Amino acid sequence: MELLWLVPALPLLGFALLTLARRLVRGVAALIGVGSIGLSMLVTLWIAYSFLVSPPQSGAASDTVWSWIALGDFRVSVAFYLDSFSLVMILVITIVGFFIHLYSAGYMEGDDGFARFFAYMNLFTASMLILVLADNLLLLLVGWEGVGLCSYLLIGFWYRDPANARAAVKAFVVTRTGDAAMLVGFLLLFTSLGTLNIQDLLSKAVSQWPSGSGIAIAAAALILAGALGKSAQLPLQTWLPDAMAGPTPVSALIHAATMVTAGVYLVARTHAIFALAPPVQLAVGIIGVATLLIAGFSAITQRDIKRVLAYSTMSQIGYMFLALGVGAWGAALFHFVTHAFFKSLLFLAAGSVILAMHHEQDLLKMGGLWKRAPVAFWTFLVGALAMAAVPPLISGFSSKDWILSWVWSSPAGGPVLYVLALLGVLLTATYTARLVTLAFFGRERDVPEHVHPGGALIAVPLIVLAVPALFLGLIQTPRSLGGVNLFASFVQGVLPEPGAEGPPSTELLLMAVSTLVALAGLVLGWALGVSQARAHLARREAEPAGSPLHRFLLSGWGFDWLYDRAIVGPYRWLARINQSDVADWIARGFAALSRLLNRLLSLAQTGRLRWYATALGIGAVAIVAMVVFL
Amino acid sequence: MRQYPIDYGLVLSAVLFAIGMAGVFVRRNVIFVLLCIEIMLNAAGLAFVLGGARWGQADGQVMFIFILAMAAAEVSVGLALIMRMFHRFKSLDTNEIARMKG
Repeated sequence: MELLWLVPALPLLGFALLTLARRLVRGVAALIGVGSIGLSMLVTLWIAYSFLVSPPQSGAASDTVWSWIALGDFRVSVAFYLDSFSLVMILVITIVGFFIHLYSAGYMEGDDGFARFFAYMNLFTASMLILVLADNLLLLLVGWEGVGLCSYLLIGFWYRDPANARAAVKAFVVTRTGDAAMLVGFLLLFTSLGTLNIQDLLSKAVSQWPSGSGIAIAAAALILAGALGKSAQLPLQTWLPDAMAGPTPVSALIHAATMVTAGVYLVARTHAIFALAPPVQLAVGIIGVATLLIAGFSAITQRDIKRVLAYSTMSQIGYMFLALGVGAWGAALFHFVTHAFFKSLLFLAAGSVILAMHHEQDLLKMGGLWKRAPVAFWTFLVGALAMAAVPPLISGFSSKDWILSWVWSSPAGGPVLYVLALLGVLLTATYTARLVTLAFFGRERDVPEHVHPGGALIAVPLIVLAVPALFLGLIQTPRSLGGVNLFASFVQGVLPEPGAEGPPSTELLLMAVSTLVALAGLVLGWALGVSQARAHLARREAEPAGSPLHRFLLSGWGFDWLYDRAIVGPYRWLARINQSDVADWIARGFAALSRLLNRLLSLAQTGRLRWYATALGIGAVAIVAMVVFL
Repeated sequence: MRQYPIDYGLVLSAVLFAIGMAGVFVRRNVIFVLLCIEIMLNAAGLAFVLGGARWGQADGQVMFIFILAMAAAEVSVGLALIMRMFHRFKSLDTNEIARMKG
């Protein structure tokens, strides 16, 4: 594991090269940007290989790079911690990240900020890797803030449009709200347990805090707040749809595959603390299922292809939080893995569609693209079926089914959560089918004469990512479908799963029910898509006003409206009336005094030579008089 | 040769200097201002010469030579400026060129 430090260091080096070297030729910039991630991926694969062949004694390896802070007893080092959990994370980040970088080389071709784009992307990947590899909370925070910064930079990548800059600021401020709470939580952990090392912290918490104690609940709730902000869960979810202002590869990498799942990572990493705080864990599940449904309903109404995917990301992360809430840590992680593959595939295919449509993102203007952009269509179809959880080989099916069976059987879950999650399955299938129907089937509505869905750099990553989106489910299947248990047993040591599964007959029944629900959703979504396409063709130009319910869902349940009224508006008002407070009086007093002096002194500037001479003379006499008489 | 006390000479020098300075203060014609400056320079020179005579040193006369050289330079520059001023403003009144008001 000596090479572990190279995994985040290589992208960081790429970032440094791209930033320091000015005016790079495009080819060189792409080579550095993509190559650094590629090398990092190779190192990660090598590490994974050696981890599997000769697993470390304790199931985890640690690599201290250097001692960062040493103040008396307070010691923090830059150290990376590798166990099966973080290994899964870095594998996904580097593999998905590499293909998204490769895709970006094609997608961003001809953009003015080509090198800048790759610099930010490399910095992002490095920060994300630091975040998941960090062995103490301080280093984790470095990665956490780093990904937040890169998210801001990349959402506002096309900063000349003020709307993009606003979206970037919104994303930053909203996630910052959670981060502030999270920082307080970290400080609480440090002051009460006296260490920043995550593993020490967890073992101390388990041994020192009784289950359900106030301090455990406070710490878990504060950490959860940070996770909610980063992962765009209720009530801090409003930034994610606007974050689609960034380039499409950014949406794929940051706002689908990796950064938004940092919250899931954090909760799963500190799951021992959450297990000590049952009310907070229950809240995690409820928030997850609420976000799942709210985002699912909103996704059905969106017209912008990327916004549909953004809401679907929120809803899929809702599944992960639901899994965390019922204690299915492994299932949450597995859904993260499959989601990272199929959602980045969906985003990249959508990017290809957007290129083909000459940067038109309105679904109602597409249609019939299946024969115009076949690669995008087939790969999108794979991703869509994976997301809709249609069996049997599709990855999303295995992970979602794992979560659903846990929700049913876990003591923290139960029938209510299960039915709500099942409704989520219906919604997922519905908006996915609607999206596919509107974009790829039916008559071409406003499709341009010549479509350019992109060259080999676009097509190859799509095809490669489609493979895991199809077959990744095979490494973890339900018991009645072979019972392959590779994934769960691999992460067993870090994310324990008490065996709480019901009899196989129940499992088979649950699976059949969710499959039927998903198929029903597909049919519903197809019908919805067809009718909307027909209505659009009939109406042509006139903008559909829609029912109040439709508008309510389109605006994401009015959360933006509510926050504007409840928080942004009063805050602005407070800032306005607070513009002249005591501190300002002092500052303004100085300004007024110097203006007064300025007026007095400018009176002396008459421009008359004789006055100046007189003043000189009087001054000289005064000085001589002072020297003589004093 | 009768020796006068040095005070007489210093008083004369001070009176000359005061006359010159008063002229600079009150005269509006720029040529007279230049003349008054010359008077002040010579008053200062007289004080140097007196000092040199009092202590029997050559330094006073040396300083006066310097002052003469400087006065010559000053007059030539000053007259040139006055020429330009007259060309430009058709006047020698210093109040006429009070444009740089604060």
